[in-house]
Amino acid sequence: MYTEKVMDHFMNPRNVGEIVQADGIGEVGNAKCGDIMRIYLKVDNDIITDIKFKTFGCGAAIATSSMVTDLAKGKSVKEAEQITNKMVAEALGGLPPIKMHCSNLAADALREAINDYQSKKESEQDE
Amino acid sequence: MNRIYFDHAATTQVDQAVADLMFEYMTDKFGNPSSIHGFGREAFSAVDKARQQVADLIGATPEEIYFTSGGTEGDNLAIKGIAYANKNKGKHIITTSIEHHAVLHTCQQLEQEGFEVTYLPVNDEAVVDIEVLRQAITPGTILISIMYANNEVGSIQPIEDIVRLGHEYGIDVHTDAVQVAGNYPINVTDCPVDALTLSGHKFYGPKGIGAIYVRKGTRILAIQQGGGQEKNLRAGTENVPGIVGLGLAAEVAQREMVDRVEQISNLRDQLIRGIMKSIPDTKINGHASNRLPGNVNFSFIGVEGESLLLNLDMKGIAASSGSACSSGSLSPSHVLLAMGLPHEVAHGSLRITLGRHNTEQEVNYLLEVLPPIIERLRSMSAWDGQSYSKKQEDYCSNCQLK
Ligand SMILES: Cc1ncc(COP(=O)(O)O)c(C=O)c1O
Ligand SMILES: [Zn+2]
Repeated sequence: MYTEKVMDHFMNPRNVGEIVQADGIGEVGNAKCGDIMRIYLKVDNDIITDIKFKTFGCGAAIATSSMVTDLAKGKSVKEAEQITNKMVAEALGGLPPIKMHCSNLAADALREAINDYQSKKESEQDE
Repeated sequence: MNRIYFDHAATTQVDQAVADLMFEYMTDKFGNPSSIHGFGREAFSAVDKARQQVADLIGATPEEIYFTSGGTEGDNLAIKGIAYANKNKGKHIITTSIEHHAVLHTCQQLEQEGFEVTYLPVNDEAVVDIEVLRQAITPGTILISIMYANNEVGSIQPIEDIVRLGHEYGIDVHTDAVQVAGNYPINVTDCPVDALTLSGHKFYGPKGIGAIYVRKGTRILAIQQGGGQEKNLRAGTENVPGIVGLGLAAEVAQREMVDRVEQISNLRDQLIRGIMKSIPDTKINGHASNRLPGNVNFSFIGVEGESLLLNLDMKGIAASSGSACSSGSLSPSHVLLAMGLPHEVAHGSLRITLGRHNTEQEVNYLLEVLPPIIERLRSMSAWDGQSYSKKQEDYCSNCQLK
């Protein structure tokens, strides 16, 4: 039911882990629904130089987390903001329709992390 | 890679002798049991023999056995048939919240038709409380339908007590024994239920064939109309290959019952002990000891079930889970939730169901590969099993699970 690409990202996920002093952290989902994703960013000159994730969830949840971090790494914050759940699914060669809940979290988690980075930056500038 | 099958509650491999016999009744001996000629008589006596074999498996008489297309039809026929036949006496049915959908959805349909249904709660080991059952009985109660043992967590219900109580009030008792028949001893003389459902593919027989036992004198109506087969209770030309297969599977199961139960429950206990010892933060689901011989069910905190199944599948191991994502539905198993498990723990369940071909080596192989899989999934998990308890009541904002 999963494509080879999904299984590859599921079994060999890219960018797993945490960033200790992250510039932005985004979290979506809830354990009750069976999926939580947390994404950590390191940003330098508005470029995402490092990105890591931790996910509690099914095959689709883990594979999309892995793919979204791969897509965002090295991009400018502006570019990364444009990444959609649809782009993540397409990069994985498609996801089963039944997995819409779990598959539609990864780009949201990334956007949350970017929002967190931007609000931290603004509050620094205010000081 | 060797494939290991640990999903015997889902279905089992047809016994070779059973398959051979079925083939014979599809090719050479293809007659219709209703025909008067030799081909027909040949098929008729084969069906007769199978009826005896199935009756022997559960201590019934052949006149009390009716063939159906499997467990689902059996549950439908027993429950609707008894409900319709007794609707002038009352319209209340009692069942449990942990039944298979074949029972739950049948009861929901009867509710649409004006019956009233009570879904009993269970305790944290998935067992019904007799006193709670007693309190649910009303003057209008016509049927109690409670599964003999649960397909997900294996807990065996106190069916003898349930039957005694039902009969004290003159209420018929049906039991879904689909997971039990052929896998664990049942006897309708010692445990005098009025109706019982069984299914061939759960004990090395074919899919799409099963039977109901209906105690002599029990009022029941047909739910489909057609020819007069199965004494007018189940119209339709008999599935002769399926029926002879079911019969032989029943005979083999009965002959090997004692040995199988011992061998399989030993493996089960070895597996349970092994998992408890090697993996921290696990919860066993179901009754500690009074459970089906082949059933092992665990929740691993911080791990989601489908991820776990995919990892096991990569190692050649076939198992199952009650997580939402593995069931294809949006909510985790209704059985685990009824036992009071939080959703997030239900999402992390793993069901291993052992069968007669499983070996100690296979169990040891699982015990070798499982701990590192759990450890790896936990190391990448965003849920540590703790921090979410405060949010337990809420679903995430973009969640469709409400
Ligand atoms: C407890 C229980 N009841 C009913 C059924 C349905 O049986 P069948 O698959 O033969 O329709 C099953 C099997 O899936 C079961 O486990
Ligand atoms: Zn999922």
